[in-house]
Amino acid sequence: MLRLLFFLIIIKPLAILVLGLNIRRHELLPASGPAIVVANHNSHLDTLVLMSLFPLRLIAKVHPVAAADYFLRNRWLSWFARNVIGIIPLERKPSAKGAQVLAPVTKALARGDILILFPEGSRGEPEKMSKFKNGIAHLLSEQTTVAVTPVFFYGLGKSLPKGELFLVPFFVDVFVGEPLAWNGARQAFMEALESSMQQLQYQAQIATRHAQEPPPQTQPNKE
Amino acid sequence: MIALHLPASVQIALLGMFGLLLVATLVVGGLAHLRPERNYTELTLRVKTWWLIVGVFTAAIVVNHTVSVIILAFVSFLAFKEYLSLIPTRRTDHRVLLWAYIAIPFQYYWVAIGWYGLFIIFIPVYAFLFLPMRMVMIGETQGFLRAAGTLHWGLMTTVFSLSHMAYLLALPDAKNPAGGSVGLLLFLVFLTEINDVAQYIWGKSFGKHKVTPTVSPNKTMEGLLGGVLTTTALAVLLAPWLTPLTPWQSVAAGALIGIAGFVGDVTISAVKRDIGVKDSGSILPGHGGILDRLDSLTYTAPLFFHFIYFLHY
Repeated sequence: MLRLLFFLIIIKPLAILVLGLNIRRHELLPASGPAIVVANHNSHLDTLVLMSLFPLRLIAKVHPVAAADYFLRNRWLSWFARNVIGIIPLERKPSAKGAQVLAPVTKALARGDILILFPEGSRGEPEKMSKFKNGIAHLLSEQTTVAVTPVFFYGLGKSLPKGELFLVPFFVDVFVGEPLAWNGARQAFMEALESSMQQLQYQAQIATRHAQEPPPQTQPNKE
Repeated sequence: MIALHLPASVQIALLGMFGLLLVATLVVGGLAHLRPERNYTELTLRVKTWWLIVGVFTAAIVVNHTVSVIILAFVSFLAFKEYLSLIPTRRTDHRVLLWAYIAIPFQYYWVAIGWYGLFIIFIPVYAFLFLPMRMVMIGETQGFLRAAGTLHWGLMTTVFSLSHMAYLLALPDAKNPAGGSVGLLLFLVFLTEINDVAQYIWGKSFGKHKVTPTVSPNKTMEGLLGGVLTTTALAVLLAPWLTPLTPWQSVAAGALIGIAGFVGDVTISAVKRDIGVKDSGSILPGHGGILDRLDSLTYTAPLFFHFIYFLHY
């Protein structure tokens, strides 16, 4: 109930009125669980905006998988992250054993939930994509029937980058890709996922012309 | 009905606008039906979005002054946000951009309370001096001039210029018995938009000689002249019902809106060409971004405002 109100009163209006989303292929997002959605991670807004893309009746089933050491670091944040956002906390420490670490995630998928994962691990540099961690491949190798839908965001890293307190409105481009099924091998799956994500990133660059390097015509004239 | 407090001529003009839109919808629907081999998706989409634009505009003027100012402020916000999303901004200017956004409610508040003196200098003087100071306080000099220049240009176009639309509503009704303050806004917006359409149609039908080959190659002398003449004729026809303009003044107002609309259009085209995008955004299906629709108004709104303000207020 709290989550529903939070999304209805705060997050949906924020996404639609303050930011403004331009979503390509919205229909590719999973309409039921179990399913996994992965996205590039630039900002805390990624999670909230991605969740806002789902209809309100599904919100209760959508859970972001998030770092326990960050989100459970104090009582208030922990309460908010668990009850309002509905995160599934994950231990990032390498000491923990693989299967145990993923247990809460596996349980959620068994319940038919839609999980949100950020394979980059942390938010990193704004609007730059870093290398994917392969935890998701471990998960999929055990949950072979669950499909993974890639989503690429452009603009949220400008709105609320890491380390900034205030949100600055920008239009946000969202590109949803075709769902990927488990293909039998961890490395091959990670490659397929990364390449799918790069394609979405490329589409975003074409659409917004914000390529990483400056376009050729802005080179200084040497006459 | 809430619109009953509006002058009769304004109510008729609003109905006329919806009538025109209905005709356009029927024509496009008919064309699509008669010539199934041709693709009218884009045109159908564009007309559909016109309904939305006219709907929002009507909502913006029929309720009351406060609602009008809030809706127009939101339009400015959308335009400014689209502009900032389009241009390259510096990561270090995050908070400066927030300050620039904060200028929007202030500017429209001056409009709402009718404080002309501050309305006219707030962005050109105070925002102009304040924002670069904030940039300097942060301390990044790399790209400073470009950042300060582009930010101010955006505020001037999307907030300062467009807020003149709203200030028309703050002008005293008594000076314009025919249409009141709403009549002026309707006159400006209707003529600016119809001028866009007329220039497009004249250009498509008779266009030969390019006016701005490097900026907007589709713009022709024939389109420009045809549009200006159409707009001027309509201005003469509508002025007695909506404005206090005399016949000769309405000729000048029509020509002014026609020419300034063209300049506003190609100015935003130059921005888009500089950045390398075709449309400024995608918020208005069939049109592109909101700036693609407001481009002409960024020139016509302040120019028409000062024209009529000088002559009659």
